[in-house]
Amino acid sequence: MQNELKVVSNATCTFCGCVCDDIELTVEGNHITKAKNACVLGKAWFLNHQAGEGPVARIRGKEATVEEAVEEAARILVDAKFPIIYGLSDTTCEAQRVTVAIADWVGASIDTTTSVCHGPSGMAFQGVGEITCSLGEVRNRADLVIFWGSNPAESHPRHWGRYSTMPKGLFVPNGRKDRTVVLVDVRRTKSAPAADIFLQIKPRKDFEVLWMLRALVKGLTINEADLIDTGVTLEQLQNLVDRMKACKFGVLFFGMGLSMTRGKHLNVEAALALARDLNAFTRFYANPMRGHGNVTGADNVVSWQTGYPFGVNLGRGYPRFNPGEFTTTDTLARKEADAAMIIASDPMGNFSQAAREHLASIPYIALDTKETSTTRAAAVAFTTATYGINVPGTVYRMDDVPIPLRPAFESPYPSDEKILRALEKKVLHLLQAKLQASN
Amino acid sequence: MNKNQEELFILISGRSTRQGTSMNESKFSKEYLEETGVIQICPEDMTRLGLTAGDLVCIRSEQRSIEIPCVAAKEKELPSGLLFMAYGDWSSRLMGSDTHGTGMPNSKGTDVYLSKVCAIKKD
Repeated sequence: MQNELKVVSNATCTFCGCVCDDIELTVEGNHITKAKNACVLGKAWFLNHQAGEGPVARIRGKEATVEEAVEEAARILVDAKFPIIYGLSDTTCEAQRVTVAIADWVGASIDTTTSVCHGPSGMAFQGVGEITCSLGEVRNRADLVIFWGSNPAESHPRHWGRYSTMPKGLFVPNGRKDRTVVLVDVRRTKSAPAADIFLQIKPRKDFEVLWMLRALVKGLTINEADLIDTGVTLEQLQNLVDRMKACKFGVLFFGMGLSMTRGKHLNVEAALALARDLNAFTRFYANPMRGHGNVTGADNVVSWQTGYPFGVNLGRGYPRFNPGEFTTTDTLARKEADAAMIIASDPMGNFSQAAREHLASIPYIALDTKETSTTRAAAVAFTTATYGINVPGTVYRMDDVPIPLRPAFESPYPSDEKILRALEKKVLHLLQAKLQASN
Repeated sequence: MNKNQEELFILISGRSTRQGTSMNESKFSKEYLEETGVIQICPEDMTRLGLTAGDLVCIRSEQRSIEIPCVAAKEKELPSGLLFMAYGDWSSRLMGSDTHGTGMPNSKGTDVYLSKVCAIKKD
């Protein structure tokens, strides 16, 4: 079995939001030796995968059985007054669904890595509306493609080749030759040489430039002096506006250069409003460049079940949505949460200092495929199988298209879903016991 | 630039190819720690401030200070006054925890003060 050679066709890479599902994996035993069609990030994702040798569960650093760890994890969640659940962007929709159920049972706040990624974009969608299309439509129709605050050459390497700029499509038969590609960024990133037009704007001027573009689209008069300190000229903006109005199918892909910079949801609202305005002249769309493999699935699943995409509190028995109040950075930095469950995420490695310090001071449960700063400091840590490589299921591409996973081989570790189902069962058992005791 | 003399910059954190590939190996791998444990400065600012690759600089944000080696960014990639760090432990430690009602702390385009700590001997 160890040396059995097999080829897995149409495997799905879950490293980034492109979720490329045309990967051909060569598998020898429990090692992937080739990942045909994968980009540099996808190859690193597949070829670095290790079957794992560490314990499946630990309680306060000591090796434990899954049953013991599930029991302790359930106790932590049930005993908490303000439990929070966070992460979810690197696991299957099936596991995400069980997680929302656990959050509901224990009255937790449930939040995903969206809140520190495109969370502000989610808020902007609610404010303006989402003017969206699939990547398939972009591939077949788009003749003007704008990337704003995004560096696909390094964050989504196959986006250009598979969907947005290079492929020959139904209405763009000559591929790249039929398209104009524009990059707007504060840095001349590695994506810049591949664009026809590069606009280097000054940091923190995204909103101003987007608003000026809206004004120009509407035919209002703008003076050069209005653009002072933005880094761009009126001629450059008018040229872009002319192209946007004249194209047959335009799309603006926006990255975290908008959502993570001062202004955040207002920056994204400006981009969405620009796309909306342009539909008076042509077809125009604005889509986020989502990061982790199934972060879009996390938004979808939490929305199906609570009505809101992230930052949802279930403490009163019904969902309440309030970014800034129920989002994880906030509940940790304000020292409100008294227990946590972190799934497929590493807040101890990428949250603010204040949030990390509070997380380290409360009991929390961590599920991850690898050792991280978060699993090291967890009261209860589970090592789980990797979605897409070991675990089947469903993930959502960045354009909200669901994609099935075709795993390469089985893992010695259980899936997130299996652990979470056992945890939900134990949580229910403890809650029933608590209820009986109070009666 | 004299030691302890501070200058205001704008810091951008973001993805890099090497950060993305090395995190698949491990976030404790040498390559990941190297990639996320360095700050990029535009070559003109490096020259103006008398910095050479590997010099330790102190980066002070509203939240806290860190000491980190610097390197020159690729030609024309960064304009003067802008710094870049690959996402990771160090860039996140500079973030504030105030999310301004969004859940997202300011992570790009934040004000930081840079000062030179000391030159380190290069191998």
